[in-house]
Amino acid sequence: MADTKAAAVMPTPTRKKLPPKTIVAYSILAAVLVLVPVLVQSATGWEFIVRIFVIVGIWVLLALGLNIVVGYAGLLDLGYIAFYAMGGYAGVIIGQAVSHWTGGATYFLMLIPAALAGALTGVALGFPVLRLRGDYLAIVTLGFGEIVRICLNNNLFGLSNGASGLPYGNQVMALPFGAQWLQDNIRFQTPLGFFQFGPNMYWYVIVVMLVLGAIFVIRRLDDSRLGRAWVAMRENEVAAEACGINIRTQKLWAFSLGALSGGIAGVTFAYVQQFISPESFTFMESVFVVCIIVIGGMGSIKGVIAGALLIKGVPDLIQGLAVAGVLKMPAEMQSLMSNYRFLVFGLLMVVMMAVRPQGIIPSSRRARELLPEDGRILAEEDMQEWDVENRANTEPDDV
Amino acid sequence: MSDTTSTTAMVAPVTGSGALVLQLKNVHTFYGAIEALKGISVDVREGEIVTLIGANGAGKSTTLKTISGLLAPKVGEITFMGEKISGMKVHDVAAKRVVQVPEGRRIFPRMTVEENLGMGAFLRTKDPEGVKSTLELVYELFPRLRERRAQKGGTLSGGEQQMLAMGRGMMADPKLLMLDEPSMGLAPVVVETIFETIETLNKAGITILLVEQNAAMALAIADRGYVLETGSVVLQGPGKELLHDEKVRKTYLGEA
Repeated sequence: MADTKAAAVMPTPTRKKLPPKTIVAYSILAAVLVLVPVLVQSATGWEFIVRIFVIVGIWVLLALGLNIVVGYAGLLDLGYIAFYAMGGYAGVIIGQAVSHWTGGATYFLMLIPAALAGALTGVALGFPVLRLRGDYLAIVTLGFGEIVRICLNNNLFGLSNGASGLPYGNQVMALPFGAQWLQDNIRFQTPLGFFQFGPNMYWYVIVVMLVLGAIFVIRRLDDSRLGRAWVAMRENEVAAEACGINIRTQKLWAFSLGALSGGIAGVTFAYVQQFISPESFTFMESVFVVCIIVIGGMGSIKGVIAGALLIKGVPDLIQGLAVAGVLKMPAEMQSLMSNYRFLVFGLLMVVMMAVRPQGIIPSSRRARELLPEDGRILAEEDMQEWDVENRANTEPDDV
Repeated sequence: MSDTTSTTAMVAPVTGSGALVLQLKNVHTFYGAIEALKGISVDVREGEIVTLIGANGAGKSTTLKTISGLLAPKVGEITFMGEKISGMKVHDVAAKRVVQVPEGRRIFPRMTVEENLGMGAFLRTKDPEGVKSTLELVYELFPRLRERRAQKGGTLSGGEQQMLAMGRGMMADPKLLMLDEPSMGLAPVVVETIFETIETLNKAGITILLVEQNAAMALAIADRGYVLETGSVVLQGPGKELLHDEKVRKTYLGEA
C-alpha cells in the first residue's frame, strides 16, 4: 500500500508531540476499556455482558470498514454484509481444513485469508460496478449481497454446507491459543466480586485490539493521498479527474479496504460464535451497518462507535437481560420486542434526519455538508450547468 | 465524411515560431448520434496563447473535453508533443501535464484554499520543493488566495473561485494550460484581472489554450485565434487580425 503511505500532497504541519491532556485522555480511555468489562462481570457475574461488548466491537469493525466506502469515498454500498460473509466462510472453510496442523493458531492465521477473501471480493465486485453511481450502485450492491447469501444457502460448490452452516456436525472449531489457560489461571477477587477470565473476555481483548488497529489505519488514511483523493472525488468528480486522480482506482481502493475490514470482522465473528450460517448475513444486517453509520455520523470514527453501541448494543443488552431473567418478561413479549426494534430504528432514522442529519458525532468535514452555513455551497451544487452559464453577469459579492 | 476544414476561410496563413505542442487533426466528436465537432484542426505552438471563440453550442467546450480525454474523438487524432493523446483517460492526459481548468469554477468547496491548491499538485509526488515554489508563485499572482488560504473554497466569491481554479491548474506545473470560459459570470473588473493573469502566466512560459465567449477580450491577448461555428473552424488567424476582421466584429463583437 505504498500509495497510502505517501505523505499528503500539501506538507501538513509537523506532527506535534502529544500534549499532556491527550495523554491523560488516552490513559483514561485505556483504563475504561480494561476496567469496565472486568468490573461489570465481577459485579454481576453475567458473562453475557462481555459477550455483548464483543459483538458490538465486531460491528464497530464492520461499520468502520463500510465507513471507508460510504463515509469517505461516498459510495453507497447496501450489500456490505457479503464481504463479512466471505471473510467468515473463507476463515472457517480454510481454517477447518488446516486446523489439525495449526491448532490454537488457526484463528490468527485465518485473519489473512479472510482479509484477502474480503478484499478480493471487493475488487471483483468493484471492477464491473464502480462505473455506476448513487442509487444504481446501491441497487447492484444490494443484489450482490443477496447473491452471496443465496449461494451460501444453496451450498454452492459443496463448500458452505447450506443452511445448516459450518463447521459440520462432527467437527468443532479449535479454541485459540491460551484461551483455556487464561480461563483456568486468571481468576481473582475484585472489590465488586469474583472475576474469571472467560472466553468472552479473551475475545473482548482481541476485538478491542482489532478495532484500535482499524482506527489507527483509518486515521492515517484520512491524512494520506488516498484520503484526500476520496474527499476530492466526493466533492467534485470532474475537478478531481482534472487534477489527475484516477477515479476508478481510488474507488477500487475504497471498496477493497472496506471489504478487507469486513472480512476480518467476519472471521472474528465466526470464531467467536464457533459457528457460521447464512442467516447471519441477511439484507437486514447490511441495513444495520448502514444505520450505524448514518445515525452515528458519516465519516466519523467516534460516531461509528456510538452508532454501534446504540444499534447493536442496546437491543442485545435488552435481550440478554431478558434471557438472564433480570427483565421480567414473557417469551411472547421478547419476540414482540425483537420484532418492534425495526420499527424503533426506522423511527429513530426519521427523527435523526429531521433533527440531526449529520449524525450523533459527525466528522467535521462531513458535518459542513449539512449545516446551514453551508447553504451557499449547497445552492451552488444544486445549480445546473445551465444556471451557471446563464446567471447574471455580476454577483453582489464579487470582488 | 467530408473534410470540412477545407472550406475554412483563411485570414492569414498559420504562422508560429515555437515547436508544435498540441495538434488536432480533423477531429470529429459525437454525443451519441449528434456530431458536435465536424472535423476540427487546431495547432498550438510553444509559448503561445491560442483562443477558441464562438457562440453557444459552437463546440468550444467539446473541443477542450476531447483534448482532456473526457470525450474520445470518433475520427481524427490529437497529438501532444508528438505523442498521440486522443483516446487516453482523463487522468493519463493530466499526467502528461496537459491541465484543464474546467468551466463553472469546479473547485472543492469544503476544502480550504490551500488544500484545493494542494490537490492540483496531486501528481507531483517526487518534487516537494517544486510544489512549494509553485505555491509561492500562485500566492504572488493571486494575493487574495494567500489571504484566504485557510478559508473553505466554497465561501469564496465567484472571482476568487475562478482564481482558485486557475491556481489549482498551475499547481500541476502544466506544459499546456487549458482554460474553459474563465470569465463566465464574473464582474467586468474581475474579468480584467483574470485576463491580465493569463498574460502573466503566458509570459512566465506557460502555453495557453483559452476557450472564451468574450471574444473581444480573448482575441486582444491571444497570439492566434480560431473561430468556431456549429462544430467547424470557420476562421483562423492572429488574434489582432481576427479582432479587426469584419465578419468577426459583426458576429461576435456585436457591431452593426
